[in-house]
Amino acid sequence: MSEIAFLLNGTPVRVAGEPATRSLLDWLRDTRHLTGTKEGCNEGDCGACTVMVTDAAGSRALNSCILFLPQLHGKAVRTVEGIAAPDGRLHPVQQAMIDHHGSQCGFCTPGFVVSMAVAHLQGRRDHDDVLAGNLCRCTGYAPIIRAAEAAAAAPMPDWMPETAPGLSFAEISSGGSPQDGGADSPPAPFLPQTTDELARWYAAHPGATLIAGATDVGLWVTKELRDLGPVAFLSGIGEMQRIDRQGDHLRIGAGVTITDLMAALAPLYPDFAELLRRYGSVQVRNAATIGGNIANGSPIGDGPPALIALGATLQLRHGTARREIAIEEFFLDYRKQDRRPGELVEAVTIPAQAPALRCYKLSKRFDQDISAVCGCFNVTLSDGIVTAARIAFGGMAGIPKRAAAVEAALIGKPLSPETAHALKPLFARDFTPLSDMRASAAYRLEVAANMLVRYAADLAGQPAHVLKVRA
Amino acid sequence: MSAGLSLPHDAAALHVTGQARYTDDIPTPAGTLHLAFGLSAIAHGTIIGMDLSAVRAAPGVVAVLSAAELPDMPDCSPSAHDEPLLATDTVHYQGQPVFLVIAESHLAARRAARLGVIRCTERPALLTVDQALAANSRFEAGPVIWARGDAAAAIAAAPHRVEGQIEVGGQEHFYLEGQVALALPQEGGDMVVHSSTQHPTEVQHKVADALHLPMSAVRVEVRRMGGGFGGKESQGNALAVACAVSARSTGRPCKMRYDRDDDMIITGKRHDLRILYRAGFDGDGRLAGVEFTHLLRCGWSQDLSLPVADRAMLHADNAYFLPAVRIESHRLRTHTQSATAFRGFGGPQGMVGIERVIDHIAHALKRDPLAVRRANFYRAMAARPGALPPDPQGISAEKKPGPDGVEGMPPNPSGAQTTPYHMPVEDFIGQDLVAALEESAAYQARRAGIAAWNAASPVLKRGIALTPVKFGISFTLTWLNQAGALVHVYQDGSVHLNHGGTEMGQGLFQKVAQVAAGVFGLETGAIKITATDTSKVPNTSATAASSGSDLNGMAVRAACETIRGRMAAHLAGRHQAQPAEVVFQGGRVQVAGADYGFAEVAAMAYQARLSLSSTGYYRTPKIVWDRVRGRGRPFFYFAYGAAVTEVVIDTLTGENRILRADILHDTGASLNPALDIGQIEGGYVQGAGWLTTEELVWDDRGRLRTHAPSTYKIPACSDRPPVFNVALWGQANREDSVGRSKAVGEPPLMLGISALMALSDAVAACGDGSVYPALDAPATAERVLMAVQRQRGD
Repeated sequence: MSEIAFLLNGTPVRVAGEPATRSLLDWLRDTRHLTGTKEGCNEGDCGACTVMVTDAAGSRALNSCILFLPQLHGKAVRTVEGIAAPDGRLHPVQQAMIDHHGSQCGFCTPGFVVSMAVAHLQGRRDHDDVLAGNLCRCTGYAPIIRAAEAAAAAPMPDWMPETAPGLSFAEISSGGSPQDGGADSPPAPFLPQTTDELARWYAAHPGATLIAGATDVGLWVTKELRDLGPVAFLSGIGEMQRIDRQGDHLRIGAGVTITDLMAALAPLYPDFAELLRRYGSVQVRNAATIGGNIANGSPIGDGPPALIALGATLQLRHGTARREIAIEEFFLDYRKQDRRPGELVEAVTIPAQAPALRCYKLSKRFDQDISAVCGCFNVTLSDGIVTAARIAFGGMAGIPKRAAAVEAALIGKPLSPETAHALKPLFARDFTPLSDMRASAAYRLEVAANMLVRYAADLAGQPAHVLKVRA
Repeated sequence: MSAGLSLPHDAAALHVTGQARYTDDIPTPAGTLHLAFGLSAIAHGTIIGMDLSAVRAAPGVVAVLSAAELPDMPDCSPSAHDEPLLATDTVHYQGQPVFLVIAESHLAARRAARLGVIRCTERPALLTVDQALAANSRFEAGPVIWARGDAAAAIAAAPHRVEGQIEVGGQEHFYLEGQVALALPQEGGDMVVHSSTQHPTEVQHKVADALHLPMSAVRVEVRRMGGGFGGKESQGNALAVACAVSARSTGRPCKMRYDRDDDMIITGKRHDLRILYRAGFDGDGRLAGVEFTHLLRCGWSQDLSLPVADRAMLHADNAYFLPAVRIESHRLRTHTQSATAFRGFGGPQGMVGIERVIDHIAHALKRDPLAVRRANFYRAMAARPGALPPDPQGISAEKKPGPDGVEGMPPNPSGAQTTPYHMPVEDFIGQDLVAALEESAAYQARRAGIAAWNAASPVLKRGIALTPVKFGISFTLTWLNQAGALVHVYQDGSVHLNHGGTEMGQGLFQKVAQVAAGVFGLETGAIKITATDTSKVPNTSATAASSGSDLNGMAVRAACETIRGRMAAHLAGRHQAQPAEVVFQGGRVQVAGADYGFAEVAAMAYQARLSLSSTGYYRTPKIVWDRVRGRGRPFFYFAYGAAVTEVVIDTLTGENRILRADILHDTGASLNPALDIGQIEGGYVQGAGWLTTEELVWDDRGRLRTHAPSTYKIPACSDRPPVFNVALWGQANREDSVGRSKAVGEPPLMLGISALMALSDAVAACGDGSVYPALDAPATAERVLMAVQRQRGD
C-alpha cells in the first residue's frame, strides 16, 4: 500500500506496507508497542481501545479495534499515552479518575480516559451517553461519573486541542497510483475523493468491499477473519457526507455518520434522534454511516425502520446510472437487497417533517445494544381518523419490514388504545419473527403490538416511558 | 497510621496514563510464538478423525498439537484430573479445545485454528438440568443433603405454606482483560510463566505437572489482572499449560491470549441452577421449616463445582434463622462449559433461594416483605464489637469432639442461634444495620409513595425492596486459610513488599501496603509493592473467597512486626530501653528521647548485622468444618450488608430501570474506606446485572449464543442507579482480623438481589395479590413482561 500519513500523539508517522485491513489497535500495540490502548472485545463493543481521532470536522472518540489504518490518513490520533502533557502533567480527567477512585483493575481505564478527554474537549456533560460505549466490570461506574463531573469544570489543558495535518487521499499517491502495490505488497486499497470515482471503480470491481465506518465490516476482519479482497475506503469522499435541504426534503449522503445525522435530525424528528442516541455508542456512531446501515441489509439495523416509516427514497448508483426506489423495496430478503453488483447506495432522501413519527427501540440493555424489536410509526390523522399509515419494524422478519395488514386495518379508524388492542392479532399476519438470544418470537410479537398501544398513547399526549422516570 | 485512610489504588496513576502493564503488555523476546486453540463445534461426540493438514500448511504456523502428538496429555483441572488440555477421544462441550496451533503471530494462529477438520460421531448432549437428572449425570454419587430438624414435619404442621421454584441464570465474568499467559523457557528446562491468574500456585503446579518438573523449577509471576471475579481462579490453567508445553517443545517463548469470543465460549461461568422450595410459616411469616433443592448445572468437568455447590447450601439461610431445614444439592454434569468460581462462589445462588421464599411468603400474607424478613432474622447477640480476644490456640488446637460431634468444634455457650450447618451466629448485626438503612433510605415513606404512584399509573409500575446479606468469610476447604509474606527492608530504609495475594483491581496491594506502612510508621508510598511471585512466597491459596486482605494482610503484618522487632530490640539495647518503648511513627523512630529517621535505623540495623528480611505467616483461627456431614464452623466471621433498591417497569414491554439504590455495608473497621466503597458499588452493579440483563443463551445443540459483548449485556454506564447512596457500617469486627476490618470482595455482589426483589414488587403491583410474580432470573424485559401478563391473567 502507498504511504498512509497521520499524526500519532503529535508526531508525524508514515505507514507503508501494511495490509489495508490492519487495525489501528493491532498496529499500536504490536508495531508501535504503545500498549496503553487495550483489546477488550475486538468488536467495538467495550471501548477499551478508544482513541481520539481529529480531522477538519473536529475530534471524536473511535474504537481502534475496528478502525483500519487507511481511515486515518491525514488525521491526528491521540492514544491514552498522549492524553497527559508531554512533560507528564496529568489531564484533568486523569487526575479526577485518581482522586475519585475511578479505576480498579484499570484495564478499561485508558479507554474511559480517552472518551472523557474527548468529551472534556467538546464541553459535553452528558456523561452517560459519552461513556455508554465504555464497559467497566469493576466499579459500577459511579466513581467514574463522579470523576467526569469533577473534571468538567477544569479548563482545557493547553496541550489538548489538536490540529489534523489535513492531508487528503489525493496526496497519498505521490509514489504512484494507490492501486499499485509492489509484487510482495498486499493489494492497495482504493481511496476515492469523489462519488464519481467510486462509482466508476466499483462498477469495474463489483466484488470489492466498500468500507465507510467499518463498524460492521471491521468484524468481518477481526471476528470472521475474512480476507476482503479489493477494498475501497469511502471516508475521503466529502460530498457523500453532506446533508442538503431540497425543498421539503432532506437529502442525506450515504457517508453521513450517525453522529452527524443525529445532530441534524434532533430538531426535526426528536424521536428519530433519540432512537439514534441509542444506536451503538459514541464511538460507533462516530464511525458508522447511514449508508452502511442501509446497505448491509441487516434485519436489525435501527436506521431502516425509521426511514421506511418516513417514506424515504433511496438513491442507488451504478457507474453513471442512477435510480431511486422506495427504501422498503431495497430489502428483498434476509441479507438480500435490490442492489446489483457494482451498484452503491449514494444517498437517502426523507421528508423534512413528520410530526407523528415515533420510534421505539427494545433491547436487552438500554444503551449500546442491538434491538430485539425496533418499531417506527408514522400516521396521518384527519379529525382523529387515520388516513395514512407507515409502520415498520426491525427484528420482526428477515428484513426491516412494514406492517402491511396493521397499516391497512388502521385506515379509517381512530388511533386509540382500543383500536390498538383490537388490531393486535394482525401483527401475527404481518410477521413471523424468530426466537434468538435477544428475544423469543412470542415476545417480539407481543411487544410489537404493544408498541402500537404506546404510539396511540403518545400521540394522545399520554407518554409513559421508563427512561423518563426519576426516583 | 495509614490503615483506615482512603488512599487511591496503588496503580491508579499508572492506570489512567496507560502505563500499567498487564500480561499482554509485557514486551516479548524476539522469536516469541503465539497460540490458539481449535475448538469443538459440537457439544458431545466421539472424535473419529482429524484433518489438520490445512492448519499445518497455513501461513505462519510452526506446529500443531493434538492428542496424537501429546500421548501424555497434560491436565488442567484444579480438582479432579478430569480436564485434558486437549480433547482426547471425546468432546464434552461445544468450544472444548481439541487442537493447539503454534504460530508466528496471534492472528496467524487464530486464522489457522479455523482450518481444522474435526470428524466426530455426534452423541446426544445433556444440556439442561432436567436432561442431566434424567440421565443421572452428576458429580459425586448422589445429591448432598444437609438437614437440621424435621423440615417436612415442620412445614406440614405450619399454619401456612408456600411452594415454588426459581430459575437462576449463570453469569459470564466479562473481566475486561481476557485470559492470557506467556511462558519463557529457561536454562536447564526450567519455566517462567506470566499468567493472568488469581492462583499463581495452581498455575505453577499444573505447569510443573505438565512438564514433569518439580514445582521448584517453575516460577509464576503476576503483577495484575484486568479483572478476575473468580474467572481466573482455574480458567487460566489451560493457557499457561499450553504455553509451557509449547515453549518446551519449540524452545521458544510462547504466548496465548483468547480472543473475546473464544474466551466466552471456552471458559466456565457462574453456575446457573434451579431452586425448588417449600416453606411452612405462621401468620407473621415466621418460618417453621424450609426445604430447598438445588439443581446446579456444573458443565463437563468438576472444576470447583463441589465447593461452589457447598457454599450455595451454606448461604441458603442468608440472614434468617431456619428452625428446621433440609437442603438437597445436585451437582449435575452437562455438556456445557464447566461452570466455575464467580464472586460469591455459590453464595449468591443460595441466597437468592431464601430471599425468594421470603418474598413469596410476604406476598401470600399480603405483608411488607421487610416485616417478614425482620421476623426471621437471627437473634442479635449483645453488641460487643472488638471484645473477643485473639484465639490463643490458633486453628482448632484441641482435636477433640465438640458439640455435634465435630472435631475441634467449640461449644456454644452464648446460646446463639445456629445456622443450618450448626454454626452459632455470634456476630449478627442484621437488625441494627437494617433499621439504620430503613431509616436513611426512607424505606417506609417511599414504599407508601410508590403504592400511591402505582395506583395512578396504569402503564408504568414501581417497586421497592430491602434485602440483607450475611456472607461467611473463609475458604470452606479449611487448609486454604493460610497465607505467607516476604518483606525486605533495605539499608536505605525502603521497603519491598511481597505476599501471596494477587491484584485484580480490588485494591488488595494498597490495603496490604497500608498495613505494612502502619507497622513501620511509614507513608504507604515508601512501600514498594511487587508482583506476586511463586518464588518469593510459596504454596499460596487463590486470591478468592474475599480472603485477600484478611490473610495476606495478617501475614504481612507478621513479617513487618518481625523486622520491626529486630530494629526495636537493637535500638532499645543502645538506649537502655525496652523494645516496646521504641515508637515507629511518621517516618521517624523514637526511643528514650532519641529521634532517628527510619532509614537511619535501617542502616544501623544493617551495620549491626541484623536481618532486615522476614517471611510472615498466618492461618485463620477458630474454623473447623466437616463437609460430609455439613457441620462445623466453616467461617471465621460473617460480613453483613443491606440494600434498598427502587425500580420501575414498563408493563407494555417489560423494560425496567433501577431508579435508586441505598446501601449500608459492613466492612468492619475499614482498612481503606474508598476502596471498600468501590467494591460495594461495583459488586452491587455486578449483582444487579447478573439478575437483570446478563442472560446466557445456549441453543438446543449446546452452542452458546451469547459469546461477545454484542449479545451478552453487562451493565453499561447508564444502568447504574442514578441515585446511589453507599455507606459503611463502620463498627469493628468482633473477631481479631487485620485491623478489625472485614472482607469486602464478594459480599456486596449479593446486595444486587434487592433489584430482583424490587422487580418482583413492581410486577406484583400489576395484579390483585392472588398470583405470586414468580419472577425468574435474569429478569430480562421479556421475563418481566411475561410475569406481568401472568398477573393480568393474559
